[in-house]
Amino acid sequence: VLIEIGHFALVLALLATAVQGIVPLVGAGVRNRALMDIARSAALLQFGLVAFAFATFIHAHIVSDFSVLNVFENSSLEKPMLYKVTGAWGSHEGSMMLWVFMLALFGALVAGFSRGLPASLRARTLAIQGLLGFGTLLFILATSNPFARLFPVPADGRDLNPLLQDPGLAFHPPFLYFGYVGFSICYSFAIAALIEGRVDAVWARWVRPWALTAWCGLTIGVAMGSWWAYYVLGWGGWWAWDPVENASFMPWLLGTALLHSAAAVEKRESLQRWTVLLAIMTFGMSLIGTFLVRSGVLTSVHSFALDPTRGVFILMLIGIVIGGGLLLYAWRAPALTAGSAFAPVSREGALVLNNLLLAAGMATVFLGTFYPLFAEVWSGVKLSVGPQYFDATFVPIVVPGLAAMTIGPVLAWRHGSLRGALRRLWPALVGAALAPLAVWALAPKSSWAALGGVALASWAMLGVLADLVDRAGLGHLPAATVWRRLCHLPRGTWGYAIAHFGVGVLIAGVTVSTAWKSERIETLRPGDTLAIAGRTLHFQGVDEGNFANYRFERADIIVDRPGVAPLSVHPERRFYPIAGSSTTNTSITTNGFGDLYLALGDADGKGGWVLRAYYNPLVPWVWFGALLAALGGVVSLSERRAQRQAIRVRAAPGVAAQAADPG
Amino acid sequence: MIRCLLLAAVLAILLAAPAARAVEPSERLADPALEARARAISQELRCLVCQNESIDESNAPLAHDLRLLVRKRLLAGDSDRQALDYIVARYGVFVLLDPPFTPATWLLWLGPPALLLAAGAVLASRVWRRRPEPPAALSADERARAERVLGERA
Repeated sequence: VLIEIGHFALVLALLATAVQGIVPLVGAGVRNRALMDIARSAALLQFGLVAFAFATFIHAHIVSDFSVLNVFENSSLEKPMLYKVTGAWGSHEGSMMLWVFMLALFGALVAGFSRGLPASLRARTLAIQGLLGFGTLLFILATSNPFARLFPVPADGRDLNPLLQDPGLAFHPPFLYFGYVGFSICYSFAIAALIEGRVDAVWARWVRPWALTAWCGLTIGVAMGSWWAYYVLGWGGWWAWDPVENASFMPWLLGTALLHSAAAVEKRESLQRWTVLLAIMTFGMSLIGTFLVRSGVLTSVHSFALDPTRGVFILMLIGIVIGGGLLLYAWRAPALTAGSAFAPVSREGALVLNNLLLAAGMATVFLGTFYPLFAEVWSGVKLSVGPQYFDATFVPIVVPGLAAMTIGPVLAWRHGSLRGALRRLWPALVGAALAPLAVWALAPKSSWAALGGVALASWAMLGVLADLVDRAGLGHLPAATVWRRLCHLPRGTWGYAIAHFGVGVLIAGVTVSTAWKSERIETLRPGDTLAIAGRTLHFQGVDEGNFANYRFERADIIVDRPGVAPLSVHPERRFYPIAGSSTTNTSITTNGFGDLYLALGDADGKGGWVLRAYYNPLVPWVWFGALLAALGGVVSLSERRAQRQAIRVRAAPGVAAQAADPG
Repeated sequence: MIRCLLLAAVLAILLAAPAARAVEPSERLADPALEARARAISQELRCLVCQNESIDESNAPLAHDLRLLVRKRLLAGDSDRQALDYIVARYGVFVLLDPPFTPATWLLWLGPPALLLAAGAVLASRVWRRRPEPPAALSADERARAERVLGERA
């Protein structure tokens, strides 16, 4: 019965979103406070109902209630408990539940933490959020009912796709969806602002924390996805420009642009229209990302045509959200006040460049991802767009942006001096010139691209350090003053510094792991050895056995490296009989500066096993860098909390948000 | 219902790509230079039955056959271009991961630079037109007042 109650709660939530989406909009139109305030209670009620429905759904997975079709298709009795829980969002229906749960969660957060937000703006924002919830809930109830029953009840389920039975993938969707859906708040704020006809610093101060929150989640989500691909797919790569990866990367690129342009609105009341447009498109890309991956249209037009109901619904939803947003934008944006002017060389100018390159990069990824689909639909030509295309187009677009990333933060608002900026950054300039020379001296056969990447990475990392040194006055002020200055730097500055340094770390990881990886693929018998990157691998043999819901073949390999104690590692292959498929469980030994990556291949039937061994230098930095960037976002966010609390102490609530711009 | 199950089954098969991947030791050519060329070519060819994988990464039987075919052509003395053309003649342009520049892909290849240039030009002209007057230098009177205020703060 719990399942039916959950289903019923979902239907009630649909009704709640309808109320949330309509009544406050009317209320804001006729300036009726009571009608506007319904938005808050409706948002909280909707969250309660959706959370309850989601909880009953997870419960069905935990207790393996195979009378629920979704549980039968995605679970089994033998499956470890962790994956019974996380398997709840492993299927299409479950992931839609997670999506709508996040949507309701963000709505409830805005409802709960918006004291001081102008009443009509809050009502309209929550109403738009309610309408988004209405569309998604309607989609779930009409085409993807997670509570569908099955009769007669089977004794055991079909098990979850083994690739998903992995800690990395178990927690990848929640972060990713947290990011995707977090941008819905920015969308709702943007639409509400268009209706109100006002985009100013107050608006930006409300939007930016949400954009930052969503962006941090998305950054971690994308990084986790790439990490998962790295250790599961068994060939040592971490990014393949796969449509599914691109789908998460596109909103990330636009979200990054949004984050930066919202800063210009907040500090200088510039770039308002553009920021609103970015807010609409970022969430639009999140929608396209989630739904097109889920509809299967990216994988193949044919799997889409096989079950078009969902796909058509999805396309309509995307059309309404993006098309409606853009129409409203075209109609109302000209009425928004023009931003304050700035010189081409200024902080704003650098942010425009950042936005231009990120948006163009996003458009390139979009074109490359969808071109095969369009080409096939329109002209019947079947073609492929692989990594070579993205390397040739996307990389040249973002590299200038990455180089400018170091300069932008040291330029003054409104009117900056490039010479002054470069003078402040001179140590970084010297470092960026010397680093590739040093690498070239050590490895004369390095490619230009690799040396360029080294220069770019050093420029980004040293640039941040040079800026911090300059801000603290290190070198010409007494140590105590330097320390005090560093302690008094705003957290927003620390946030930028950590995030931009993280990007530098990421560039280093990308460059070095791509340019200097080593690979050995050999057939080994027990007793054989294989040498790679200064290590000797002693292949001992392969054990076989059963565990939980799979069979395994596990190699025993001893890694010998001069000066270090020998290490025993176990790359493994698993076969999941119920699901009828197998996975590679690679062995990765890392020291933070490089990974020894081993994947066990097929047996040759004559006592030998194929072993794929890779040494990937600096590859962990790809994820360290991404995590640092996300950490920078969190640090920036913490400033806003501190600031708001300080304002709250000084002023009565309600006045707080309207207080003069401190920037 | 049955259709859904069928779809799920097809997806499951597609997703559950078999475990270990890529080129096998037994396929390798004796000549390292030739083998390196074969690997480079393999990375440009799509495994036709997989999701967005090159034949170098995939262990589908078809990818295995194509890897052997590439090596056979190279052994027969083909240039890289000839080997690629040979495969394209049999499997169509779809097999190329790096789409060639043809009328069908003009938009694909020219789109990004065109967009960047157009958007860059529009933005640059707007920013340039709306640039503010550089701030005027302070008069002696203003300077004196500014120094007084700054002096009080310090």
